[in-house]
Amino acid sequence: MPKTEKSAPGGISKREAAEAALEAPVVVEVRDVEKTFRIPDHRVDSIKERAVHPFRKQNYRELKALDGISFDVHQGEFFGIVGLNGSGKSTLLKILGSIYRADGGSIRVAGRIAPFIELGVGFNPEMTAYENVVLNAVMLGLSRSEAEARVQSAIEFAGLEEFADLKLKNYSSGMMVRLAFSVMVEAQADIMLVDEVLAVGDAAFQQKCEDVFHDLRAAGKTIILVTHDMNSIEKFCHRAMMIHDGKVSILGTPEEVSEWYMRANFVDRDWKPGFHPGSAEEGDDAYVVDSWIEVPGGGRVENVQEGTAFTINTVVEGIREMPDPVLTFGVADENGVHVFYYEGRLSEAGVPTLAPGERVQVTATVDNLLSPGRYYLSTRGFRDGSTKDMRMQAVRITDFVVFGTAVGAGMVSLVSDVEVTRPGTDPEA
Amino acid sequence: MNVPVEPSDNPELKPVPGPSALGGGWKRFLDLLWLISVNDFKKTYFGTVLGYVWSLARPLMLFAVLLFVFTKVFRVGSDTPHYPVLLLFNIVMITFVQEATLASVVSVVNQEGIVRKTHFPRLVIPLSVVMTSLFNFGTNLIIVVVFVIAFGVPITWTWLLFPVIVLLLFVFTLALSTLLSALYPRFRDIGIIWSVLVTALFYATPVLYPMNIVPDRYVDIVMANPLAPIFQQARHWVIDPSAPTAAAAAGGWVHLLPAIAIFIGLCVISVLVFRREAPRIAEEL
Repeated sequence: MPKTEKSAPGGISKREAAEAALEAPVVVEVRDVEKTFRIPDHRVDSIKERAVHPFRKQNYRELKALDGISFDVHQGEFFGIVGLNGSGKSTLLKILGSIYRADGGSIRVAGRIAPFIELGVGFNPEMTAYENVVLNAVMLGLSRSEAEARVQSAIEFAGLEEFADLKLKNYSSGMMVRLAFSVMVEAQADIMLVDEVLAVGDAAFQQKCEDVFHDLRAAGKTIILVTHDMNSIEKFCHRAMMIHDGKVSILGTPEEVSEWYMRANFVDRDWKPGFHPGSAEEGDDAYVVDSWIEVPGGGRVENVQEGTAFTINTVVEGIREMPDPVLTFGVADENGVHVFYYEGRLSEAGVPTLAPGERVQVTATVDNLLSPGRYYLSTRGFRDGSTKDMRMQAVRITDFVVFGTAVGAGMVSLVSDVEVTRPGTDPEA
Repeated sequence: MNVPVEPSDNPELKPVPGPSALGGGWKRFLDLLWLISVNDFKKTYFGTVLGYVWSLARPLMLFAVLLFVFTKVFRVGSDTPHYPVLLLFNIVMITFVQEATLASVVSVVNQEGIVRKTHFPRLVIPLSVVMTSLFNFGTNLIIVVVFVIAFGVPITWTWLLFPVIVLLLFVFTLALSTLLSALYPRFRDIGIIWSVLVTALFYATPVLYPMNIVPDRYVDIVMANPLAPIFQQARHWVIDPSAPTAAAAAGGWVHLLPAIAIFIGLCVISVLVFRREAPRIAEEL
């Protein structure tokens, strides 16, 4: 694959690299793909309801998740798909991966295509690492004999040789992620569909993932990456595409797409904000109804003076049952740098299970040490009392501005007092 | 790490398979079925210290209680040759049907992660559950053989026909299991309904009682249950050649037609429903 040399840093421009990638044969051909979800207004889940109201007409709200998507991906290309929450990007990935069926249009691929929606799907804690790797590799498209031939190198790559016969339930979550990632690499699909799996693991592991992505890229694998993260788009992708409201809104170089995405997200707020209150990401078990900032005695505000304590309030409503729910919140500044984090364990507040339709409010009181600037709140929801099984994700659900004079004085002001003394002299004297 | 480069100059474009019951070819289907069934089996037998003993404990306990009730209290069994062996044999067979169907109902929902996040042949899920129960059935039969020898049940050539019984039970159970597992994501109360019906099925099938004590006017009703003729025929072939065949117990071949019709109808409905539901199960969960 000569492309990878061409796109090496310092060689030729990204645009030329992207154009070079287009010379390779097409391996994924998507034409006019459509997908509509029918969302019942009143979900009839039980036979009793059917029996009591046999002729009640089910009212459906039609949600057009994908509305005529067409694109090509070429062999050896690293292709990024970005979009705001609910834009249809995950639906598209699931259709490409044969998890959902498209309502219209056609998708043709050359070679074996394997989806990686989440690392370690189908891992069974009661089985050994060895057995899990074989099963997982077969699920990803290898035959049983191929899987058995490669299991050793997968376990070696994860650095878990000593633990190959240990049951997975005795693994730490870090080991589990490493194992899952090696299976993904060893499965050697011709076309890999990757959905933000990079967002897991510690920094060292993330670095390893990045190395793997570089290796895969250099080896000429075709990869389609769905992400929120513009850094990975710019770092890895030859070309990228942004989806909005089920349509392709731009397809171009990573820089073009990234710029477009940023503008759509932050600058032109009328264009479409990143979050509409009350909108759920498809497949999520809960959604954010509302989120706002309050200052004591001041009610809802959008701006807070530096040093003034305030509360961050978020109301979440269940869609599907979430046992032992945990909501995590992250506040990031304008550059996407995380500033602080907090979490709400609902079981400790007397909500052992978040039932469909049930609402909870999480209020965090913040000692305002933030420097002036704009901040964004994002949240994720997990079930089963840990932060492993993510069931809700809402990015930039609210934003607020801290105003004041200490502009450019770092991210936070942690120093409460400054004292100046002469060394050697006793300040008390 | 070595990722071999496999350049192919003329890649051939093929439509993606999409989600389905069989998804991705027979080879893959069988590989997955084998791996999942074997793993389930290992989990049952090596997961706990007494593994195999536990899987036997349930049918054996039930057997001990029922044997006491029906030979000492009600005396149903005292006129039936080899009643204890017949009772155990019947319990082991009905346990297979009950265990497999009950576990299948929730199977697809329990494998939510796999269904929603990988390209996975849907049919493997209920089928592997039935396969695991079939393994259990096989190991439970060892105990039946011990009883058969201990009670001096005569060995006959018709034992060779027993695989036909197993096949019929397997097909019936699989049809029920796939149907239930496909309907459960949409109608969650199927789970409760089935747990009641499975008990009804136990009493509707001649497990405890021999067909000959069923009053004549109810014979047709009892025999409409596809399991009834299967159990009757199994008794004739395996335990007691002097017992009537299924056709004789029903009063002629014609009287078996309702059971045959229900059996075939169930299989057809099961295939149709599962094929219709399989591609969209991921969206329903």
